[in-house]
Amino acid sequence: MAFITCRDAAFAYEGKTAVSGLNFEVNQGDYLCIVGENGSGKSTLVKGLLRLMRPQSGEVLTGDGLDSREIGYLPQQTAAQKDFPASAFEVVLSGRLASRGLLPFYSREDRKIALQNIERLGISDLKSRCYRELSGGQQQRVLLARALCATQKLLLLDEPVAGLDPLVTQEMYRIINELCREEGLTVVMVSHDIQSAVKYASHILHLQNAQVFFGKTADYLLSDAGRTFTGGKANA
Amino acid sequence: MLNILSEMFSYTFLVRAVIVGLLVSLCSSLLGVSLVLKRYSMIGDGLSHVGFGALAVATAMNAAPLTISIPVVVIAAFLLLRISESSKIKGDAAIAIISTSSLALGVVVISQTTGMNTDVCNYMFGSILVMSKGDVKLSIVLAAAVLALFILFYNKIFAVTFDESFSRATGVKTSAYNMLLALLTAITIVLGMRMMGALLISSLVIFPALTSMRVCKRFFSVTVCSATVSVVCFFVGVVLSYIYETPTGASVVVVNIAAFLLFWLFGASRTLFRAKSANAVTEDEQ
Repeated sequence: MAFITCRDAAFAYEGKTAVSGLNFEVNQGDYLCIVGENGSGKSTLVKGLLRLMRPQSGEVLTGDGLDSREIGYLPQQTAAQKDFPASAFEVVLSGRLASRGLLPFYSREDRKIALQNIERLGISDLKSRCYRELSGGQQQRVLLARALCATQKLLLLDEPVAGLDPLVTQEMYRIINELCREEGLTVVMVSHDIQSAVKYASHILHLQNAQVFFGKTADYLLSDAGRTFTGGKANA
Repeated sequence: MLNILSEMFSYTFLVRAVIVGLLVSLCSSLLGVSLVLKRYSMIGDGLSHVGFGALAVATAMNAAPLTISIPVVVIAAFLLLRISESSKIKGDAAIAIISTSSLALGVVVISQTTGMNTDVCNYMFGSILVMSKGDVKLSIVLAAAVLALFILFYNKIFAVTFDESFSRATGVKTSAYNMLLALLTAITIVLGMRMMGALLISSLVIFPALTSMRVCKRFFSVTVCSATVSVVCFFVGVVLSYIYETPTGASVVVVNIAAFLLFWLFGASRTLFRAKSANAVTEDEQ
């Protein structure tokens, strides 16, 4: 049983089918990149994987000891967040929210886990800085630390490098790659950046309002969809 | 100074007004932090206008003002929240329509019953004379409820305010917390409205949060600072309005403006100073 299994799943957004024919699975240790053009149904699928949206048809199953609440989610930033008066530590700590259930306050254990993840991402010096004063790359690291607080198993990243400069983008990819390869976390990433997707990912899911391709990255580069989308890089 | 205070508090109606006012400013400032950060400031303003309409209708029907206006404003709060969340209707325009409609409705109802007199002026800009014993009791109970809920749900409110999609993904019922926020805001606004005035009450929600955000950098300190600023500003405002015989609601807002400017200047000068000293360090290094 895989972490996530999609069987003939389709998702609708405001009554219209946004993406259909989804048949794929995510196993432990996979690094799956979901690629496709704007409006191809990537964000809708993310909502479906997080159980914020029911499939219109088919099914999405979680298994292998993964609860759908145990997905560490890194959402796209909203405008309101960029100007938010909160310390980095407060933001990271809020990742422990799911562990609390109905209990009102965080435990010492929660604080310890938050501090560990802050250290894991090398942002200890930013701990008490104000979130709105951090650079885009630093903010993403804080949000990644928060996502790590929510999961031991699977990270779901929605365009984690959007709006970052090239240097910081490479740094971010390096961190995510390390988390996957060295710490054994499973990564599902929505990405616009096809070159980096094929460089790092073990599997590719290509969407165009329907599933165009799912499989190993090497096979993707040889497929028709892959050749067109990567601009024939595979032939070069 | 002490003479003035003891003179003030020899009037029962002033004691009542100050108790209710302090509790309302405390609650509104706590809720305000979340409302302002969630870009819901206009909801507070819209609700006070709905409250005006409800008060006018209640007076026309000879009913108790709070028993009619609290449920009406609570319903309006849920409605406004729905509108703000749905992407189809532009939220700000819808809020403007609802608030002006209830304002107009209220004025029409009042003019048909008591005529346009000092009552309308009192509703619009507030009066310190209207607080009854029942109001004091009700506001103590409600303020206790708001405080207790806010403290118990503080961490959830932070998470939902900062990032709704993340919170929802981790299984928090964000719409329930938004509802709770709207409910508490509605009650607080109705309580404070008759003293502060329908046109001025939303300043109690918005000003303290904005003021503390000029200076504070953590959510926790923003919340605490906002509550302190709000309570202090209300008290200073009431005392000033007593000394200079100015309308209470407007005086409190003026004190809030002064506090905002003060905090803004302090925050701006601190940033400037930091930037300068940072520059000095880099120059030294060179």
